[in-house]
Amino acid sequence: MSPPSPGRIPVTKTPKVYVGGAFVRSESARTFKVSDATGAFFANIPQCTRKDLRNAVEAAAKAGPGWARRSPYNRAQILYRLAEMLEARSGELVTSLVRFGAREADAARGMAVGVDRLIHYAGWADKYEQLLGSVNPVASAHFNFTVTEPMGVVGVIAPDSPPLLGLLSMLAPVIASGNTVVALASEKVPYPAILLGEMLATSDLPGGVVNILTGFRRELVPTFATHAHLRAVYAAAGADERKALRLGAAASVKRVRFADWSGKEWFSDSAQGLGPIRDFVELKTTWHPIGS
Amino acid sequence: MPSARKTSSGPRSGLIFGDLWEFDPAPETADPKLKARYDLFIGGRFVRPRSGRTFDSINPANEAKLAEIALAGPADVDAAYRSAADAFKAWAALPGRERGKYLYRIARLLQDRAREFAVAETLDGGKPIRESRDFDVPMAAAHFFYHAGWADKLEYVAPGRIARPLGVVGQVIPWNFPLLMLAWKLAPALAMGNCVVLKPAETTSITALKFAEILQDAELPAGVVNFVTGAGETGAAVMGHPSAAKVAFTGSTEVGKAIMRQLAGTDRKMTMELGGKAANIVFDDAPIDQAVEGIVNGIFFNQGHVCCAGSRLLVHEPVAGQVISKLRNRIRVLRVGDPLDKNTDLGAINSREQLGRIRRLVASGVREGALMYQPPCRLPERGYYFPPTLFTRVTQSHRIAREEIFGPVLSILTFRTVDEAIEKANNTPYGLSAGVWTDKGSRILRMSTELKAGVVWANTFNKFDPSSPFGGYRESGFGREGGRQGLLDYAHLA
Repeated sequence: MSPPSPGRIPVTKTPKVYVGGAFVRSESARTFKVSDATGAFFANIPQCTRKDLRNAVEAAAKAGPGWARRSPYNRAQILYRLAEMLEARSGELVTSLVRFGAREADAARGMAVGVDRLIHYAGWADKYEQLLGSVNPVASAHFNFTVTEPMGVVGVIAPDSPPLLGLLSMLAPVIASGNTVVALASEKVPYPAILLGEMLATSDLPGGVVNILTGFRRELVPTFATHAHLRAVYAAAGADERKALRLGAAASVKRVRFADWSGKEWFSDSAQGLGPIRDFVELKTTWHPIGS
Repeated sequence: MPSARKTSSGPRSGLIFGDLWEFDPAPETADPKLKARYDLFIGGRFVRPRSGRTFDSINPANEAKLAEIALAGPADVDAAYRSAADAFKAWAALPGRERGKYLYRIARLLQDRAREFAVAETLDGGKPIRESRDFDVPMAAAHFFYHAGWADKLEYVAPGRIARPLGVVGQVIPWNFPLLMLAWKLAPALAMGNCVVLKPAETTSITALKFAEILQDAELPAGVVNFVTGAGETGAAVMGHPSAAKVAFTGSTEVGKAIMRQLAGTDRKMTMELGGKAANIVFDDAPIDQAVEGIVNGIFFNQGHVCCAGSRLLVHEPVAGQVISKLRNRIRVLRVGDPLDKNTDLGAINSREQLGRIRRLVASGVREGALMYQPPCRLPERGYYFPPTLFTRVTQSHRIAREEIFGPVLSILTFRTVDEAIEKANNTPYGLSAGVWTDKGSRILRMSTELKAGVVWANTFNKFDPSSPFGGYRESGFGREGGRQGLLDYAHLA
């Protein structure tokens, strides 16, 4: 970074959350202070509420049918384009991670893994169907086949560590199959997710496909659990939150999956693959008559 | 011409045969070989329950006692899990081709005793012998035969991953297809190398315990499969047992949700196959006579005790009058009565409790303003029976259009456009199955794409196959049964 001109006051940014393709404050007008690793004040971050979550679900639900109807090839290209954007702007993301306490080498490696992971899932978008679906040799005169469908709106609750790679690793497989997402960024390190939102806004991803909220887990996890229009929740969560999510999910038979990688595991290839895609698709079997 | 039955409201073409000649009784007479008393099946042997308690199994067709069944308490469930855990290591280590041979044996032994099992199933559950003979038992055998062949091919199940068994699986099954649900649950679990503790429904335990005899004859290693019998408390003990690596449940959405809450806080794997309120959608270009048969099969199969029953008929307005009048004619000649009679179409309702539920929901339909039609038919004096019932003038807010009735009751709604049909069909918290009747292949595929349901039948209904994955969207549950996809739900992927 070039040194600031003497006497110039830097322009600080008002962080906003990315919902429905727009940048908004919390409807409650609440914020919480975030400090950087040195303890210096960094910014006020939106402290989103249940209502914000419901608004985000509405935005995601509106974007859902259009996103699900995109061809897999098109979704693949959009995910790849997103990887291109992140690669080009990874310096900014690494800087933000370091500012909040990550070691430079870890942050840089995390970004590289994150970009590669997006490309990994971009490639999956038009391939998983041939592995998860099937043509079934039934005993009657029917062409019987099983295909996948996206579940709909999926809630993603990102880990605190690694805040950005964790969020990317959870988002990518969910949207690759045509789901839309309402995500809760790391409570401890929310700013990189806000930056990610700014990059999503300039990518080709349609508005509303990914919505990223910031705020307190204890306020928002219960609504993630019970909101009936969230068809699934994908959470990096501790034991108490897991129980709360499962209890709340029972009311609408919501699918609940947990991201179980910890620390370094997020960086490894074992934190990606077909499994997280399969976890967020439904299987539909059709019996089509043969002959007339 | 003398003596058309007085119940008829006048001569109608197409009904002459049904009104003129009475059928002679044609009971199936094969010996079901029932025992007076059935114990628990734990560790390869029949054992007395430690609870010291028993309950009666009733024939719903005449309310006569069939047998005394052991009631498993917590200590019995515990013993079953212990025996399954003891058996697990050796069973999982057995080469797949050898595990498969046991499953092949089971399939063959069940085929050998098919008629005996069909009669036992009909006595115990009340379903028509025609269905237990032609559907339940052969399909149960087919599931074992299909999954037997997977046991030595598990490396092909999940590309890039190694599929391993989970351990001991707890399973609770319903009373509507007792033996078939048992086969759906056991066969994939065993093929994958898991051991099982299974609880049949309290009103239909007998064929599971008879099936234990087949497991003995097949020399299945002791403890690989254990049956504990009892009602809800026993079921909760099976689902909640700390050594279950996975639980699989088929039953009502209400109980499914209770199990999900019970298991919150554990990371137990689950498969839930729950209720449904399936739309059966008939377009104006459908082959109408075939569709009418399909509608009848969709809702009256097994007295409507089918989670995927086509209980909401959506008819395209141009043909609504025609379809409804043909349906009324068709159900006038359905024969309700002795389930063991080979001419019976609708057998007995499974239990007094279920009969009460059907009556309550039907009464709510009348109260809320829908128009009921029941054909004149004489029900047997003893036993639990309910006539085939149609409701017209049903709106989407009626209870009979929203709640699962699980009986021979069809709610009929109409639609004008494809979009309206889709909207109405999806307007339910359930999503197990749907039916589409049309002559256009492209419309079938459009509807199949738009319907939020795990199974879509086109120009057919209630078809099943071991190779065809079955399971729900939304509140109809999760996980699949059948096919490679169902098998995977019993695997740990390494």
